[in-house]
Amino acid sequence: MIAEAGLAALWLAAALALLQLFLAFSGTKGGKDELLGAVRPTAVAQGLLTAFAFGALITLFLRSDMSVLLVATNSHSMKPWLYKFAGTWGNHEGSMLLWVTVMGVAGAAVALFERALDRATHMATLGAQAAISLGFYAFLLFSSNPFARIDPPPPDGQGLNPLLQDPGLAFHPPTLYLGYVGLSVAFSFAVGALLTRRVDAAFARAMRPWVLAAWVLLTLGITAGSYWAYYELGWGGWWFWDPVENASLMPWLAATALLHSVTVLATRDSLRAWTIMLAVVAFSMSMVGTFLVRSGILTSVHAFAVDPERGSFILALLALYIGGALALFGWRIGSVKEGALFQLASRESMLVVNNLLLSVILGIVLIGTLYPLMTEAFGHKVSVGAPYFDRVAGPLALALMVAMAVGPLMRWRRDELRLVGRRVALPVLIAVLLVVAMSVFAAGRIGLLPFLGLVVAGSVGVASLLPLWRRKLWRTPLFTWGMVIAHLGCAVSLAGMASDSAFTTEKLIAARPGDTIRTAGWTLRFVSITPVAGDNWTALQADMQVDRGGAPVLIHPQSRFFASPPTTTTEAALLTRWNGQLYVVLGEEVEGGRWQLRVWWKPFVTLIWLGGGLIALGGALALIGREKRGWIGKWRARRAEV
Amino acid sequence: MKAKHQRLILALAALVAIVAAGLLAASALKDEAAYFYTPDDIRTKGVEPGKAIRLGGMVVKGSLKRAPDGVTLRFDVTDGKATVPATFNGIAPDLFREGSGVVAEGAMDRNGRFIATNLLAKHDERYMPRELEGMRYDEKTHQMKAER
Repeated sequence: MIAEAGLAALWLAAALALLQLFLAFSGTKGGKDELLGAVRPTAVAQGLLTAFAFGALITLFLRSDMSVLLVATNSHSMKPWLYKFAGTWGNHEGSMLLWVTVMGVAGAAVALFERALDRATHMATLGAQAAISLGFYAFLLFSSNPFARIDPPPPDGQGLNPLLQDPGLAFHPPTLYLGYVGLSVAFSFAVGALLTRRVDAAFARAMRPWVLAAWVLLTLGITAGSYWAYYELGWGGWWFWDPVENASLMPWLAATALLHSVTVLATRDSLRAWTIMLAVVAFSMSMVGTFLVRSGILTSVHAFAVDPERGSFILALLALYIGGALALFGWRIGSVKEGALFQLASRESMLVVNNLLLSVILGIVLIGTLYPLMTEAFGHKVSVGAPYFDRVAGPLALALMVAMAVGPLMRWRRDELRLVGRRVALPVLIAVLLVVAMSVFAAGRIGLLPFLGLVVAGSVGVASLLPLWRRKLWRTPLFTWGMVIAHLGCAVSLAGMASDSAFTTEKLIAARPGDTIRTAGWTLRFVSITPVAGDNWTALQADMQVDRGGAPVLIHPQSRFFASPPTTTTEAALLTRWNGQLYVVLGEEVEGGRWQLRVWWKPFVTLIWLGGGLIALGGALALIGREKRGWIGKWRARRAEV
Repeated sequence: MKAKHQRLILALAALVAIVAAGLLAASALKDEAAYFYTPDDIRTKGVEPGKAIRLGGMVVKGSLKRAPDGVTLRFDVTDGKATVPATFNGIAPDLFREGSGVVAEGAMDRNGRFIATNLLAKHDERYMPRELEGMRYDEKTHQMKAER
């Protein structure tokens, strides 16, 4: 019954989306108020129905209802409840349902809470939102019905891929999806504004919170995904340039550019056409990302769904929406009026530089990700890997960091280069000192890119704090705080990446219980191998006593075996200290009762994810700062009435 | 500055950025796109020692040996036309075994041996590295064949 109710809710929601599209556009065209009046309730009802359908699927998973095909193929009755819950979206159908649910709920929120947009643009936006949703409803209902039954039902399910049975990964996809869908709302705003020809500062102020929220979630999602790959795959790396990773990086790059240009538009009324273009590009990138991940056209280390039919469906959607939006853009952009002017030496210019660099990096990642597909069409197979991305994106990212440090130190509209020079004197001095110090102590030991990375990180870190210089800290707006913290986060992250690639030490050894291993100042005593068992796995575990001159600590790297589906996973042991992480992996048993062990000491590697957290925090502060004014204003107005 | 000039400068900057990106990507791709090699590619085209590449093929049955240190593997990689000896220092992935496909990252040394720094074996039973799609290992002849 629950499954049928969920499916019915989904069909109803799809019908409402069609109705919403019709109402919004026929109402806008003929100016019929009674039609337009029904748009908002329709959007709200659609949001409620999708939430109901998603709730139904969660219930089916929690109850382990094996008569539902999706549950039977992706869950197991013996699984811990958290993974039954998270297993709801740990598969193709469930994650697509999550997508339309987030879209439906976001649409309802736009309908209910959006006050900054004028009515016509608001309605056009809701119409555009319905048009996007419709494509995804069609995809879900015609090619990936999550509520399909199986007869006869199996006694137990096949289980969830053990790599996904991890709290980090359980909540990683929803975070990313919320980000993707936030960008779809920004896209709808852009289409709405193009349709009503009202691309201006007010429109940018309405769009900005959505872009900010999407960007914060994407940042969190990417950071969490990177940390998951680092500790769960047991290979000690934090970025692989895998297509699936690039799929989340590309929308983030576009959203970062959009975030900055929408800020220029909202506060200075410049970069109108460019902002619209970026909104189209950002959502295109989240669609491209979904296409890459869900079509299985590029196999990746993550390789989940492989189904060419679904791939072509998403490709068709992609062509329809992106093509449609670009056509609309080309047709209407001539009518978008010129915004305010600025001088070449100004903060606006630096933001343009930032946008261009981000776009170039985005282009490079996109080319590298799609190039193997293009050559395969001509019959030969190539693979593009880390050497390409590192070599091209690395230097550009460093240039971007420098622009990021200088931008906030420049004035809006026009500035004098002499004054800017004076303001950046301190960071430049620090950079010079760092170059000298590292040439003395680390020359020849580390590569050029990590070397430059450390220099740029140190100097940009200081530069990013300078906007707070000589300001009354408690009176500084939250928005400024957000910018400072996010930029500082970039420097912190960069420092972690550079430090990890420059100073990591590795030891690989086959050892017997009782042996002692020494590396990078650490002493590891291999005590014993013990069998252990969990809810749905058994494992061999090495018990190791480690110390670095202080009190010894016990750590337990494991090799875990899951029976359903039969898989072995590596559970690395991580010991975090303020100045780095000790990372120990247990391998297999070899001749003579010895066990393979891999020990890494990774100085300051945790800064990578700390920086990611700071970037997201900065975005959240900016978002709160923007919204807070509204709340305080309302509160004051109410007090005045009393 | 007039609006027209500003727009012109922005458009020029964007154009320069796009062209630069294209050139940069193209030059890097030219170097790095020859990133994936089969043993036959190595025999016919040759690779300079020390250049980072990916080597893809099948692990020859009976060739897998473990060195006395317990953490060094020696094996041969074949594509049916040529065979390259390889060494890997590390913990092999669980699905790395004789007769199955492997993509190894690393570089050739001066003696024609491939020194792998990373092994990408199958992620699960069904997964095959994209570069090896359509290949199958024949257990009797120790040859790789194209699947029908």
